[in-house]
Amino acid sequence: MSYRVGQRVRVAARPHDGHHRTPEYIKGRTGHVERIHASFPNPETRAYGHDGLPEQPLYLVGFARGDVWPGDRGRDADRIYVDLFEHWLEEAE
Amino acid sequence: MHDRGSWPTDAPIDRGEHELADWELLTDAIVAVLSEREVMSDDELRRGIESIEPDEYERASYYERWLYSVETVLVEKRVLAPGELDRRLRA
Amino acid sequence: MTDHGHDHPHDQDHPHGPIGSDEPPPAARARALEELLVEKGVVDRDDVRRGIDWLVSRSPADGARLVAHAWVDPAFKERLLADARAAALEVGLDPGPSPVVVALENTDAVHHVVVCTLCSCYPKALLGPPPDWYKSLPYRSRAVSDPRGVLSEFGLTLDDDIEVRVVDSTADVRYLVIPRRPTGTEGMSEEELATFVTRDSMIGVAQPAAPAAVAS
Repeated sequence: MSYRVGQRVRVAARPHDGHHRTPEYIKGRTGHVERIHASFPNPETRAYGHDGLPEQPLYLVGFARGDVWPGDRGRDADRIYVDLFEHWLEEAE
Repeated sequence: MHDRGSWPTDAPIDRGEHELADWELLTDAIVAVLSEREVMSDDELRRGIESIEPDEYERASYYERWLYSVETVLVEKRVLAPGELDRRLRA
Repeated sequence: MTDHGHDHPHDQDHPHGPIGSDEPPPAARARALEELLVEKGVVDRDDVRRGIDWLVSRSPADGARLVAHAWVDPAFKERLLADARAAALEVGLDPGPSPVVVALENTDAVHHVVVCTLCSCYPKALLGPPPDWYKSLPYRSRAVSDPRGVLSEFGLTLDDDIEVRVVDSTADVRYLVIPRRPTGTEGMSEEELATFVTRDSMIGVAQPAAPAAVAS
């Protein structure tokens, strides 16, 4: 596991052809690691009949609404949490 | 199409509920057994659902999407022959 | 057995026709699928029956037991928050096939709502099959884009000083909300407390039921 609880991380903004579990609305957004789950088989390869190995670490990452949906009608300080795989995360300042 | 968080809408939520029909329970159980037997994983099920044409995705019921996906993936894996399910239905 | 003898044009390109057209209803499709898979030895009819029995046996009563136990036992609550899967096993409940189950505690400062925007991931071992609305396209979209709007549609308005936390269950982790214990329940037994824990309160779109108000 590369990231620690509380660490600021950014979600990669890259496009991905095919099955992946990183929603578009969270790509490119910056939040913090809330929880470290375990490692899981990679759904991106498992979805096409492969074994999904090596397993990838999975994190619960929290974001401020205002950072995800800037300028919308919601309350900026409300939060959104998303389960994200390590290979979709980058260190952020 | 499946990535609904990225398709903002104001549509109201229909709070009506229905108890699962026998065929829906059956479909759920078939998928669970296929997964236990490592014939088809949950990830393949989701990928199969995501491959549904957008109009059909929105029109189909939840377990209709599952059936579509199972058939798609099992034909891919040559567990079923193309059109075999249709032929069985017409028999 | 007679065959119609002609192929529909789309049979050549797709393994099957469009969903919900003039095709036989899905019930026939599901039964035919089971028949074929059993004949081919891909699945066992007994395993399928067991799967149906398991699903039918699932209900929110299990999740409610977990919550009620956490309400009366603070040390258990800490264990539940650390590892809900282990905590469920501890009290004899089936946490389901997911290797990780997480309980999210609502407090006087924080209110959680769970959604799966990408499909319909849901802790069905502890809550039973998800309601239709949870799997619906509007819920999947609006739970993240407009959670307070969704909550008010469900009849729940939260003060601005409460932080709403939407949890998008995008992977194999399953989430269960621990709603706040209602006032007026002091001294009640666990069994009685469990009756206030509704399925919707464990998803996060509602508060638990409250004891009937005493006429003043």
